[in-house]
Amino acid sequence: MVRFENVGLRYGLGAEILRDLTFQIPANSFQFLTGPSGAGKTSLLKLLFLSMRPTRGLVNLFGHDVSLLNKEEIADLRKRIGIVLQDFRLLDHMTTYENVALPFRVLGRDESSYRKEVIDLLKWVGLGERMDALPPILSGGEKQRAAIARAVISRPQLLLADEPTGNVDPTLGRRLLRLLIELNRSGTAVIIATHDISLMDQYEARRLVLHQGRLHIYE
Amino acid sequence: MSRTEQHGTLVDLGFDRPQIAARARNQSPIVPRNSISGRALVVVVAIMTFLASITTGTVLLVSASAADWQSEVASEITVQIRPYAWRDIEKDVAAVTDAMRAQPGIVDVRPFTKDESSKLLEPWLGSGLSLDDLPVPRVIVARAQPGTAPDLATLRSRVNQIAPTASVDDHRAWIERMRSMTGATLAAGFGILALVIVATIISVSFATRGAMAANRPIVEVLHFVGAGDRYIAGRFQRHFLRLGLEGGLIGGGIAMLAFGFSESIASWFSGTAVGDQFAALLGTFSLRPSGYLVLAVQAVLIGVITAWASRRTLFATLNEIE
Repeated sequence: MVRFENVGLRYGLGAEILRDLTFQIPANSFQFLTGPSGAGKTSLLKLLFLSMRPTRGLVNLFGHDVSLLNKEEIADLRKRIGIVLQDFRLLDHMTTYENVALPFRVLGRDESSYRKEVIDLLKWVGLGERMDALPPILSGGEKQRAAIARAVISRPQLLLADEPTGNVDPTLGRRLLRLLIELNRSGTAVIIATHDISLMDQYEARRLVLHQGRLHIYE
Repeated sequence: MSRTEQHGTLVDLGFDRPQIAARARNQSPIVPRNSISGRALVVVVAIMTFLASITTGTVLLVSASAADWQSEVASEITVQIRPYAWRDIEKDVAAVTDAMRAQPGIVDVRPFTKDESSKLLEPWLGSGLSLDDLPVPRVIVARAQPGTAPDLATLRSRVNQIAPTASVDDHRAWIERMRSMTGATLAAGFGILALVIVATIISVSFATRGAMAANRPIVEVLHFVGAGDRYIAGRFQRHFLRLGLEGGLIGGGIAMLAFGFSESIASWFSGTAVGDQFAALLGTFSLRPSGYLVLAVQAVLIGVITAWASRRTLFATLNEIE
């Protein structure tokens, strides 16, 4: 589903921060992406989400060479990817419900076809009482859960999560991990970027370790 | 206490479905209206539309008045007979009048009497003066049949045979000057319109860039959830089309009111030197119904130009945001 071949990335004229990355993400797989701070985890997620292009090498996503895609084609591919970022990126003028329903709204679907689904998911992540709350009054953990719910609501083929349990207590962290595992079992490939060793220890999965710009894979 | 009262308004979707809080719905616009500093843009577009409407209205007035003058003057031929020491000017006037009446294409010939000719000099010499001793030329005004062009060369030579001191003028030079003046007015009007439109486009582009900068987080999130540039541009564009139409209608409406009241304003100045000059130049200073229609179409057009300019800027800015 995702194939990187000799991919390198540098910002401007600086040194390469990602070097010779060659790996594959099979469909329906689950993996943790880890490594020290500044190792390039977020940059790799951006490459996977097509919000950056590599300075060299080949990135193939869902059978498409991304260097050949135009902006509308990239937007179409992004509809098949869910992303959870560290800073949540919720829209402050929209309620929690509206934020989570946004991917469906962008697809142009009728609200009656997804309303129950959104509400069920919000209840499942513990935001049933906060559906009409605006993000500025949500706690960090609540924002985190809303961001995860928005990323998974449209059942993407690939889910990218950057520190998805960074702002929640261990119990909720386990619950969110379970949500991501359930999503994986229903057919979504999941990549979780995290520092949290205890989180990785909770689930036996492939580990992609970034160190000094190079990727080491532990199956 | 019933369950509804305990939990607020609930929507019962059926026995097998959970009860859902009624407010969990998409109610917010994706791009909030107040995030676009619209008031300044509405004012700018309104001012631009007002200026464009005044320019267009004035051009229409001048064109209509010039067409009236031209049609009136074009059918008129004036013969001037200057007095000369050994000639009887009264005889010359009578002979030339007869010759002109015999000319095909001339429908009306009116010789001015000595008193009438003298009166023509009053604006320059004042009244109450005895002009008997002055060699006052005599004027004969003839009107050609509308749509025909009398043979002016033949007429001129015949008149000169009868009265060598006569000159025939069909006002062609004056009409040419009128035409070039009208042309210059139209060119100036189009130039001002072009400047107004360019200034509107630039203002709208700046406003769009400002709105995009203020809403960049929204654009990024929309990209995250798979929205294409066309979808995002559409969310912004409807705001700008509304702002453009609002500004266009305000500016165009005020200009139409100004033209509507101009007739009564002109009447306040009637009798004054300025008022009379204006009345002579532009008639009643009132637009025809077709003129108002042109102004209305122009106001809508400026609203559409605003939407087009914002769309162009939106795509250019979206290209810069990955």
